[in-house]
Amino acid sequence: MSSVTVFGLCAAAAVGLGLYGLITNPQPLRKIIAFNLLGSGVFLLFGIIGRRGAAAGFGNDPVPQALVITGVVVAFSATALAIALLLRLFQTAGSTTLRSGAPTGAGPDPSGD
Amino acid sequence: MSIATVFEIVLAAVVLGLAIWTIAVPETYSATVGFVAYGLLVALIWVRLDAVDVALTEAAIGGGLGGVLLLGAAARLRNADPTAVETPCKLVRLCAAALSSLIAAALVAAILLLPDPAPTLAPAAVAKAWATGLANPVTNVLMAFRAMDTMLEKVVLLLAIVGVWSLASDPAWGGRPGPRHEADPHGVLAFLARLLPSVGIVVGIYIFWTGADHPGGAFQGGAILASMWLLVVMAGLTDTPPVSSRRLRFILVAGPGLFLVVGIGGLCLGPAFLAYPLALAKPLILGIEVAMILTIAATLGLLLAGAPERSEQR
Repeated sequence: MSSVTVFGLCAAAAVGLGLYGLITNPQPLRKIIAFNLLGSGVFLLFGIIGRRGAAAGFGNDPVPQALVITGVVVAFSATALAIALLLRLFQTAGSTTLRSGAPTGAGPDPSGD
Repeated sequence: MSIATVFEIVLAAVVLGLAIWTIAVPETYSATVGFVAYGLLVALIWVRLDAVDVALTEAAIGGGLGGVLLLGAAARLRNADPTAVETPCKLVRLCAAALSSLIAAALVAAILLLPDPAPTLAPAAVAKAWATGLANPVTNVLMAFRAMDTMLEKVVLLLAIVGVWSLASDPAWGGRPGPRHEADPHGVLAFLARLLPSVGIVVGIYIFWTGADHPGGAFQGGAILASMWLLVVMAGLTDTPPVSSRRLRFILVAGPGLFLVVGIGGLCLGPAFLAYPLALAKPLILGIEVAMILTIAATLGLLLAGAPERSEQR
């Protein structure tokens, strides 16, 4: 088995696990983590495509590498925004439930949806 | 089977085990710790894939700063009411498992059936490398060949920070992000916060500078600088600046701003948006990168610090 196959299987499993966690886990923080896991699997798939495109003295195609670097930074900023929203929801509602119509801790200032 | 293959299989198995742990473990805090470990080990996979630039980014941003962000959130949400009652019913979970396995199986099939020979843009990146004078192909792609992506990504960072700041409550509007950290001034944390930044700042700037010819660059260097600043903040040696500070806002827009000015300059004086004049390509790229590393370090640090929570005076 080449490294492309080994890590390719690992990346595909990470995508599947992340998707499963995103759908089934009710806690928002767990959903954020699962979504990051899914994203990490997608980035790894990019790396595998780039590894197969090794040429001209490089072990990995530089174009997918650059796309992944951009993607990692964007994923981080989206995660930071999601966590800030979650902490604000907890602060105003006193709970982190995503259920509509859930009883909240009577926060006078709704954080918006 | 060579030793390298065995190492790769073991690494993939450990990473997969951590991914399963992250999804399956009941406690949120344990899942977060699992994900941080996962992020650090994924950086090793990137090294094995011969993508050291990505490995540095993944370790610094995915594992390091992302880990601090998630662990901080998990610690603050520890008192949140347990939502076990909301766990979806068995049928939903079964359907989700079927869908996820289907997608994973489709991806596996796609990986095993990829076309041979694989398409690659590496020769094209090498053929045009002379135009910028940089030897690192990834930096070339990021700063010249696909500079548009990098510029727009800076704008995304800016939008994210605007979004985070917009979540401030009315009394804290324009105030300082995050709680005021207090640590024992003679403790280990304060000691490390005095000792490490002197090394970390040099390493961060070195990683940035060497990115022209070797693995590294503004993203990785910026993440290291951001973590040094956060360490000092967490040890209580300094405070986060109020977000209404003009100097801070200038640093935040410096990177995308300079990028945009150079891009429009290329449009007005040259052939296309972001077209660097050949003679000035390297100085221009370096100039943009210097502005970018400041912007990246400040933005990443402030994204981690979170929404303003205290008014300016306190």
